[in-house]
Amino acid sequence: MPRVRIPTPLLSYTNATWVQATGDTVEEVMADLDRAYPGLRFRVIDEQNAIRKHMRIFLNNDIADDLATPVTEADEVTLMQALSGG
Amino acid sequence: MGNGLLVGTRKGIFVLKADADRHTWSVSAPHFLGHIAQHVMQDPRNPQSILAGMSTGHLGPTVFRSDDGGDTWKEATKPPAFRTGERLQRSLKSVFWLSPGHHSQPGVWYAGGSPQGLFRTDDSGDTWTTVDGWNDHPMWETWAEWPVEQTPDGSMLHSVVHDPRDPAHMYIGLSSGGVFETLDAGADWHPLNLGVVSPMFPDRDMEFGQDPHCVRIHPTNPDRLYQQNHCGIYRIDRPATRWERIGDNMPKSVGDIGFPIELHPRDPDTAWVFPMDGTDVWPRTSPDGKPAAYRTRDGGGSWTRCDKGLPDAGWFTVKRQAMTVDDHEQIGVYFGTTSGEVWGSTDEGETWQPIASHLPEIYTVEPATFS
Repeated sequence: MPRVRIPTPLLSYTNATWVQATGDTVEEVMADLDRAYPGLRFRVIDEQNAIRKHMRIFLNNDIADDLATPVTEADEVTLMQALSGG
Repeated sequence: MGNGLLVGTRKGIFVLKADADRHTWSVSAPHFLGHIAQHVMQDPRNPQSILAGMSTGHLGPTVFRSDDGGDTWKEATKPPAFRTGERLQRSLKSVFWLSPGHHSQPGVWYAGGSPQGLFRTDDSGDTWTTVDGWNDHPMWETWAEWPVEQTPDGSMLHSVVHDPRDPAHMYIGLSSGGVFETLDAGADWHPLNLGVVSPMFPDRDMEFGQDPHCVRIHPTNPDRLYQQNHCGIYRIDRPATRWERIGDNMPKSVGDIGFPIELHPRDPDTAWVFPMDGTDVWPRTSPDGKPAAYRTRDGGGSWTRCDKGLPDAGWFTVKRQAMTVDDHEQIGVYFGTTSGEVWGSTDEGETWQPIASHLPEIYTVEPATFS
């Protein structure tokens, strides 16, 4: 089961930095996360299924900007959000 | 029953509570510290219900809702959003405006967004749907200036106001785009902008494309609407279809540029504005750095400067949702500033007192009652 690292702005949903999720693609992992933590997905991915500006999803050390990117049991998915402004 | 204000800021929500005579105020710890509160509003039909249109850094927009007067909050199960896969591929960036629905429709609220979408909930903010008659209107792309947004912070739909006599009769404001009216609960819309000038365009009598900053309908005389526009203060008395520029009666040295306009809840002739500097590069601070509200008691025929108690010099802006009134026998008038201060008056603007200071940049001030 892939592990998912949660950025601090989303910890109010998970209360944990690392969580488990199921899925064979990034899209399925995000859908599973949203089942476990309702509302989380829409904060990261918009209604047109685009990853929001200034947000990134990494699969291990590579940017996964395609939600169809395959995910394996051993993978780590990292959600990242830029911080900017005062 | 206690009285107070809900203050939404760039860094969270603050609840201000007043004593009985509204002279002594307390300021809560921040709710949602670090989140951007675009609009926070109590439901006048059910004061235990409070909604907040929120953003958080680069996260997507959402709505938080409280059913216990603000003690606890939940996120909307289905926040406002455009339809997935729609032709225009719109993505909501902000829930900019919240309006409780008609008094005969408990649980109904409307939300205005950026881009300029309109959304409705029937369950006090838990699940939201698009108002298709607006969002899919054949003229939407033209009226809403899609896809080129004309305002630096993004185009916004705001001022969702209802005719208290008829829940199907509503108005909305677009910054920019103009004022639009529906007579059939949002199934169809038409512009209502004649008479409103827009110096940014060569056509001096455009059907749409103006920039209303704030539109209010009078609760006891719903044929009367006021608007503070990017370019002037206006009034219309329906069924007329042409706005009258009542801002022409403001002192020329002050002008009639501003964001908010607020109405006396019982007197349709009384309103307040907070003028700002619209010269050269439009600093949008008070003209000459001398903060003042202006009040009319004759429907905009004349205006009185209201600055007693305010600083002699100040360089802040009062945004469109950051001025409000309560409905006391002697009503209170309040405004919040981009410099994080809240000011109040319990004598209809004759004198002002500071209520709170050192808050983050204030986006919205709305009245509230607390059990």
